[in-house]
Amino acid sequence: MPKLNVVTREGKETEVDGEAGHSVMEVIRDNGFDELLALCGGCCSCATCHVHVDPEFMVKLPKMSEDEDDLLDSSEHRNEYSRLSCQIPFGPDLDGLRVRIAPED
Amino acid sequence: MNRHADVVIVGAGQAGAACAIALRQNGFEGSILLVGAEPELPYERPPLSKEYLAGDKTFDRLLIRPEPFWAERHVDFALGESVVGVDAGAYRIVTDRGSEISYGALVWATGGAPRRLTCDGHHLAGVHSVRSRADADRMMAELPDVARVVVVGGGYIGLEAAAVLAKFGKQVVLLEAQDRVLSRVAGEALSRFFEREHRSHGVDIRLGSAVDCILGDETVKGVRLSDGETLSADMVIVGIGIAPAVEPLIAAGARGGNGVEVDAQCRTSLPDIYAIGDCALHENRFAANASLRLESVQNANDQAVVAAKTIVGQDAAYAAVPWFWSNQYDLKLQTVGLSIGHDTAIVRGDPDARSFSVVYLRQGSVIALDCVNRIKDYVQGRKLVAEGARIDPAKLADDSVPLKEMLA
Ligand SMILES: Cc1cc2nc3c(=O)[nH]c(=O)nc-3n(C[C@H](O)[C@H](O)[C@H](O)COP(=O)(O)OP(=O)(O)OC[C@H]3O[C@@H](n4cnc5c(N)ncnc54)[C@H](O)[C@@H]3O)c2cc1C
Ligand code: FES
Repeated sequence: MPKLNVVTREGKETEVDGEAGHSVMEVIRDNGFDELLALCGGCCSCATCHVHVDPEFMVKLPKMSEDEDDLLDSSEHRNEYSRLSCQIPFGPDLDGLRVRIAPED
Repeated sequence: MNRHADVVIVGAGQAGAACAIALRQNGFEGSILLVGAEPELPYERPPLSKEYLAGDKTFDRLLIRPEPFWAERHVDFALGESVVGVDAGAYRIVTDRGSEISYGALVWATGGAPRRLTCDGHHLAGVHSVRSRADADRMMAELPDVARVVVVGGGYIGLEAAAVLAKFGKQVVLLEAQDRVLSRVAGEALSRFFEREHRSHGVDIRLGSAVDCILGDETVKGVRLSDGETLSADMVIVGIGIAPAVEPLIAAGARGGNGVEVDAQCRTSLPDIYAIGDCALHENRFAANASLRLESVQNANDQAVVAAKTIVGQDAAYAAVPWFWSNQYDLKLQTVGLSIGHDTAIVRGDPDARSFSVVYLRQGSVIALDCVNRIKDYVQGRKLVAEGARIDPAKLADDSVPLKEMLA
């Protein structure tokens, strides 16, 4: 299974297995991280699944939609590496991806 | 069998799950037990009328957290068990299995039971509500043999179900007793927009239309309206709201009626008993401090956090900005604030272009926005609602100026 590296708000990094076909949000949630609220269940309505992506991986990610871009503007912690993790499908092409859970808004 | 937990949470739904998570996040080390009437671990309800009903998401993807998560955090469950009695003086509850559970603090997070029709035929097979996974599974199992559906109630859940079924190619009639859909929660412009959208997708929307009875012997065959017209139907979906599940608490002496009354810390009038989520009747500052219940994920989650913090002795007060979403067809509706009690509604953008917002004001202050396919307005409008901004209506209607530029 492809691996995802998750860095918590405290800075603790853990490598977890990710189910291909699930979103990065689901991989994080299903591996027991409680910081990611993902309140809308992944339908791009809440921005509580905000992560900062390791710069190295930015180019590998699918382009963000206008909706995602607009919704990210709701976060005080948006930067150039910001993504909504529910909008990134996980799979072998992203093996090793490293994301940090963004601070709570 | 007698059990004890330091915190007992009644109702293993959205709010109950969030409360258990927040207790652990805030350092609570005592025992936590969730008692839940349903057999499932906590799951998200919103997809039941959306992606789950449409077959786009399987049930395991609806779980709020996977099973190992709860074990790792030492959160215990008693599932398939309902609390039927509360002895607030003795700090003890009793379940439908006759077992007693004592608690240090009790969190009531029971949501509500769907209101059912009371007319003749309401119990026939093929008449459904959409509140639980079991409800959705029963509907989905029947759907292959269903051609004609009557949806009773033009609230969000009824409209979402109608959208999914219309996409499945079913013949759908939606009955709304009021003169517009969404009359309880939105202004007229939004109602009319959704009526047009549904009609253009083939849904026959009947306004001012009341059910006289459901026809059929064992299974539903049709619906008779109060004006005498008969509609044939193989399935009836009833979406006319919920009744908060609070009887045992009220019987125990908690103040309330339409829900359990809580203060800003989510405390009921009984000692060490809290209430959160759909069943909690609270004064909401975004509704001019009116007492109300909110049925939303936002409210369930934010009240759960307030209750958890209060239990561990931190300062917390519920004052979160309400937000909500609904997905129908390719339309993304996002709401921020509460529009109830508005005196002015301003449309920004063009409903015919399927991207617009309705801004609601009360006495000159922005109190809410309904945004359709307009995340920008939703995001920027949140600040206006949070601050109760006073902005000239003509300015709000000017679509060429972003909302964020309207704040002084
Ligand atoms: C079909 C549908 C679509 C929705 N769509 C949206 C949406 O798009 N956006 C949004 O924000 N909100 C939506 N909601 C609302 C949202 O799901 C609820 O507000 C939220 O689930 C409330 O959480 P809760 O914990 O208060 O209640 P629930 O999630 O209902 O949980 C309560 C639990 O308590 C159990 N229970 C009840 N009585 C007892 C008892 N005596 N003993 C033990 N257990 C008991 C119930 O069986 C249930 O499992 C939707 C709801 C439904 C049903
Ligand atoms: S989970 Fe809500 S936007 Fe990603």
